Amino acid sequence: MPDGGNFEPAEEVEPVMPLTADAVSPLVAAAREGDREAFEELVRRTSAETYTLAYRLLGNEEDARDVVQEAYIRAYRGIGKFRGDSQFTTWMYRITANCAVTSLERRRRHHHEELADDAQFADGSADRDPQAQADASALRSELNVALQELPPRLRAVVVLRDVYDLPHEAIAAELGISESAAKVRLHRARRRLRERLFPMPKEEAHAV
Amino acid sequence: MRCEELSEVVSASDEGVVVDDWRARRHVETCLRCQAELVRYRKLIRALRALRADLLQPEAGLVADVMACLEDAGERHALRSLLSGHKVAYVGGLAVATAGAAGAFVIASRTRGRRVALAG
Repeated sequence: MPDGGNFEPAEEVEPVMPLTADAVSPLVAAAREGDREAFEELVRRTSAETYTLAYRLLGNEEDARDVVQEAYIRAYRGIGKFRGDSQFTTWMYRITANCAVTSLERRRRHHHEELADDAQFADGSADRDPQAQADASALRSELNVALQELPPRLRAVVVLRDVYDLPHEAIAAELGISESAAKVRLHRARRRLRERLFPMPKEEAHAV
Repeated sequence: MRCEELSEVVSASDEGVVVDDWRARRHVETCLRCQAELVRYRKLIRALRALRADLLQPEAGLVADVMACLEDAGERHALRSLLSGHKVAYVGGLAVATAGAAGAFVIASRTRGRRVALAG
């Protein structure tokens, strides 16, 4: 991973196979039959997405790697139960979210410090983009920082809902909370992000 | 509807819109502050969705590490199965031996009882 956790557009980094359901379903079918090589190929194709989600939820590389490993072990053991009614990546998001929550709880129990506030997120495409994209890049960078500043329980909900498009029901199930609690957290997280990134004139005055 | 109420409706909406709530819609039509609030929420939701395309590239070797972990986990699982298999065999053997001893005891008791009766 790049130093400081730089986010880079996928097409910039290496040729990643498109993760359509059609592309991975033969691999999923083979992996369900116990084909280890097929599973390895699934890991290869989905690991960047899984790792990115884990990093977004946890805020540091070491924990993200651990969670990714744990998530794939669970996926390997449970792939026989994967019915294929959702995409494999969506299924992996759910497992990863569940593992990340366990990791956060473990961290809290051990009184480790909260996620580092100084996590550096940067947009790797800024140097090649014209001015028109520079503003969007700046917003992305600010948004990444703002997400890391949210408390983990709020961050998890807004990342899973608004970035990864998981339904409320799935989010509640993986985080071990009620659906209404998930919606309340989402509402609070969005409000904090909105106030942080797009303050109204009155809020700016308060901030000063 | 007051501006604070509208803010609640908007932040709970996945699209940053208020189409389902006619009171909110009517309020927005006449309130510049809330129109601005809606625009900000829409920008936020769009920016959040766009983040999904930004992939963080893990250090090289993550896939190999994952597969090694699977290997380890598989070996541990196999070992546990083996141990639990041995345990089952041990308990089964013990059960058979116990049943055999109990059977022998019952047969011996009956035989002794018959002998006593014949002698009497």
